[in-house]
Amino acid sequence: MSADLVIIGAGPAGMAAARVAAEGGLSVTLLDEQERAGGQIYRNVGAVAGRGWLGADYARGGALVQGLDHPGITHQPRATVWRIDARRGVIWSRDGQSHVSPAAHVLIATGAQERPVPFPGWTLPGLMPAGAAQILMKQSGMVPDEAILSGAGPLLYLVAAQMIAAGAPPVALVETPTAITHALPKLPRALFGLPTLIKGLGLIARIRAAGIPWYRGAADFRAETTEDGRIRFDFTTGKQSHSLTCGLLLTHLGVIPQSHLTRSMGLAHEYDAEQGAWRPTLDPWGQSSEPHVFVAGDGGGIGGAEAARAKGALAALAILHQAGKLDAAGRDRRAAPLRRALSRALSLRPFLDAAYSVPSAFLAPPDETIVCRCEEVTAGSIRKAACTGAEGLRLMRTSLRTGMGPCQGRMCETAVIGLIAEATDRPASTLGPGRIRTPVKPVTLAEIAALGPQPEETT
Amino acid sequence: MNAASRFRDAPGAAPRSLRLMLDGVPVLARPGESVAAALLAHSGGATRQTPVTGAGRAPYCMMGVCFDCLVTIDGHPNVQACMVSAREGMVIQRQIGARRLGDQP
Repeated sequence: MSADLVIIGAGPAGMAAARVAAEGGLSVTLLDEQERAGGQIYRNVGAVAGRGWLGADYARGGALVQGLDHPGITHQPRATVWRIDARRGVIWSRDGQSHVSPAAHVLIATGAQERPVPFPGWTLPGLMPAGAAQILMKQSGMVPDEAILSGAGPLLYLVAAQMIAAGAPPVALVETPTAITHALPKLPRALFGLPTLIKGLGLIARIRAAGIPWYRGAADFRAETTEDGRIRFDFTTGKQSHSLTCGLLLTHLGVIPQSHLTRSMGLAHEYDAEQGAWRPTLDPWGQSSEPHVFVAGDGGGIGGAEAARAKGALAALAILHQAGKLDAAGRDRRAAPLRRALSRALSLRPFLDAAYSVPSAFLAPPDETIVCRCEEVTAGSIRKAACTGAEGLRLMRTSLRTGMGPCQGRMCETAVIGLIAEATDRPASTLGPGRIRTPVKPVTLAEIAALGPQPEETT
Repeated sequence: MNAASRFRDAPGAAPRSLRLMLDGVPVLARPGESVAAALLAHSGGATRQTPVTGAGRAPYCMMGVCFDCLVTIDGHPNVQACMVSAREGMVIQRQIGARRLGDQP
């Protein structure tokens, strides 16, 4: 199962890169956890017809999926990568059996995860991220029933508009403080971002026209289950307290790079203060601190689907050059239009990051909040431990088991760092990223043993 | 535990033609959807109880990140229900507390 290039993740970045690399003469193995290519943004796009209510942007992913139909591309669905080994290659699992894909070049395109939104009650059945609800709409034809949308960010408006179009409008939109006015100077001088802005304003107009109650400047989130299994959602706006009841409480505060795989390889990472997250350190082609390992798409820093597509193609050109299939002049010539597309796609990002920043209460939530969902560790115990010597992620892990459950810190790390930062008065940027060890997804010992002896390990 | 689903069908959604069993109770699923989606369409209640405090949890992130949707499928414990497509005849069990060593068939 050897290939010139192994790509991990079949979202916009991975799919665009696979096509460019295969057309350039490389054999490509495309590993993806899902049954169908598309990633989260174009989830199930190849399989569904007649879901016009999801909008035109979603349908656009179809062309990328069709692009995988190339003799040089082997798409391996349902493949969960749990280690990238400098000597052996990419190690992945399917149906309880692990496989090794040796590769001369690796492209990691694992995308984003939703930023965890911890507050008292966020672990109850009946609470979900807004992106999870969107996945259910795309893949299962299921629409949230009597749901409240809460938090901040453009995705909230999109999900609200999709729910309205599907005939199940949200009960209310509860928005945390935004800084639109403050962010206005960050709007691009050239009007590259205009179509996206107009689209966003169109979504907002549709929510207004549907008469959805809209609360702004909301804080002090708290959720409880009512006797009949519904969700009571308490929050404040200024000095006013509110209490709403809903079937499903959807939360969203943007997305952060999925960096478990890149961190587990020991690649260099850096803190992105605007986005409040770590990302691998990359050159303009997506090349990481390991010369044969590239990263493209939201996993290398949040930019959205159009940026991911451009970054995937750029990384593929650099890999073609590295493999001796494309000279530098050809690479640069073909990169020029991609760089223009990338800069257009990213032009609104500084504005969005400034307008929809994360309120500090979700980085250092109230004491009773369960921060580590797996090991059920509260913010209060983390604060206490941080004040009595557990002043870093690793010390917190050994004293309270935060991040040691099956999710391996994916759901708690942002808040554990936020709480330590608060307790020790240090900036978050000095407290991470946490060290991640393989397997980055749980596999059984039997499955690892069945792989047979490994060559000498260095990591 | 069998609270009404927190979701409804979108316009034009395909019929739920697959039949799975959840703790001995039939659950209907749509071809192409995940086990977690079928469980959420079936009930708004918990699909497991946590190993630490026994608190009820249900599928959360739907993209393989949070591990709150762990169930036993056809005898295999700790399977992420959001990452597995529903198939006819699947036997699913809610996980109450931690798995024991040796649960793996």
